[in-house]
Amino acid sequence: MFSIYAILGVSLNLVVGYTGLVSVTQAAFYGIGAYATALIAKTAGFGFFSSMLIGVIVAGLIGLLIGLVLSKFRDDYYVIVTVGFNIIAYGIFMNWHSLTRGPLGIVAVPRPKIDFLGLHLDFNNNLLFLALVLVFLALIYFLARFIAKSSFGRVLKAIREDEKAIQVFGYNAFYFKLAIFVISAGMAAVAGSFFASYLRFTSPNTFVLMESVLILSMIILGGLANLKGSLLGAFILVLLPELMRFVGFPNEIAAEMRQIVYGVILVLLMIYKPSGIMGEYKL
Amino acid sequence: MKNDKNIIEVKNLVKHFGGVYAVNDLSLKIPRGEVVSIIGPNGSGKSTLVNLLSGMVEINSGVVILNDAEKLKKIKSYEIQDLSITRTFQEVRLFEQMTVIDNLLVVLTNRSVFGSFFEVHKKYHLEEVERMLQRVGLEAKKNQLAKNLSYGQRKLLEIARALLMKTEIYLFDEPFAGLFHAMIKTVSGIIKDLRKEGKTVILIEHNMDLIRELSDYVFVMDEGSLLAEGEPDSVLKKKSVIEAYLGK
Repeated sequence: MFSIYAILGVSLNLVVGYTGLVSVTQAAFYGIGAYATALIAKTAGFGFFSSMLIGVIVAGLIGLLIGLVLSKFRDDYYVIVTVGFNIIAYGIFMNWHSLTRGPLGIVAVPRPKIDFLGLHLDFNNNLLFLALVLVFLALIYFLARFIAKSSFGRVLKAIREDEKAIQVFGYNAFYFKLAIFVISAGMAAVAGSFFASYLRFTSPNTFVLMESVLILSMIILGGLANLKGSLLGAFILVLLPELMRFVGFPNEIAAEMRQIVYGVILVLLMIYKPSGIMGEYKL
Repeated sequence: MKNDKNIIEVKNLVKHFGGVYAVNDLSLKIPRGEVVSIIGPNGSGKSTLVNLLSGMVEINSGVVILNDAEKLKKIKSYEIQDLSITRTFQEVRLFEQMTVIDNLLVVLTNRSVFGSFFEVHKKYHLEEVERMLQRVGLEAKKNQLAKNLSYGQRKLLEIARALLMKTEIYLFDEPFAGLFHAMIKTVSGIIKDLRKEGKTVILIEHNMDLIRELSDYVFVMDEGSLLAEGEPDSVLKKKSVIEAYLGK
């Protein structure tokens, strides 16, 4: 799960940390990736990787449409509209029964298989599956790093700092914001594909608004505009429930306590280190 | 005016915010290759005029004519680079949480989404930035975040950023405000160099000594309209101008 959340964290950091657009809708793209992979692999009989690719394209296209709407909003209104999109996505996953089977979810999502040039790899083995997700995490991390270090990445940071000022120097911020939103949506869909395949199941309850808040918490905790910070944030927040079991919280209240601890961490961070542990940008 | 050819002509320009007219039926001609100052009391519409010319606010009516040819009823801020216009701001607007060097590199690299995606700044970009930092005396600050600079250094960085745009028209909105003597000398030197290079500088300024020293021509604005125009010495002696500044 760490690798899946790390992909989500890296993808969201491009939008929030580098571009300064506080988006609370990453779970929607995560869900689109999960459902697209599950549905295409099961109904059309496509392999995992083809299904994932289609999921990325679908998430990118939906990201494009959402990004177009979001371009009309700024600051607090932008956040509120992204919340709205996550709620809409959840509503669709939950209520479009003929496609998503609603709360029942989709079961028996296949694991990836590689059968190429005499190489046979079956990722039913969890260790092999972990290795595969880590490979994709590395690919996405280096793609995000490439973006952050490019001239494109520098323009994103300038948009974050002062969108009106950077426009005076010849940059149409609209296209840059749209591009990074679409890229981020596609990356989140990769995480969704792996999630559905890892559990062999996907249902709407994973893609609720709180999931987007959790992903946002990870990158704020680890550090905004720092990709290593996204990995650290994911590591801490995925590991936290396990650590809490050792602290001795009873199982019945462990989940609620986890939410409280997340909240306390965020409040303390905002007071003492608003840029997060490794952050290079303060909201 | 020594040059008949105007680089900018403003005709019947109007900008109002609700019922308040910041620029009211303003017409003026800016000659090419000169330093033109726009002066007037606070709230006279000087900064709004610069904002209109740089696309930061929308024109309500009127027209801006560039090079006696191109008529613009709308100016978009991201298109002013193509019109060879750049600017600084009355309230310094830097990219605060970026380094000094990144504040300058960002105006040198590719403007398109696709082009910038596959571009990493080159050695010659860095050399150009280093040269500019030396020119404004900020070379020792190049790796600092812009937000950690002093007020004067921030003004200089903003001017350096505008200079790197290498445009024909520079709009400087109160570039000397808050600067101490050595920095004023640096900035006035820059403006004189721009004039020598044949660039057009539109300067908003309150310091009359600097206006006399630097300007070829002066426009005086009051309540969004043109009150007077002419060469600095004659304009600054006009009774109407003195009254606008000091009150009747």
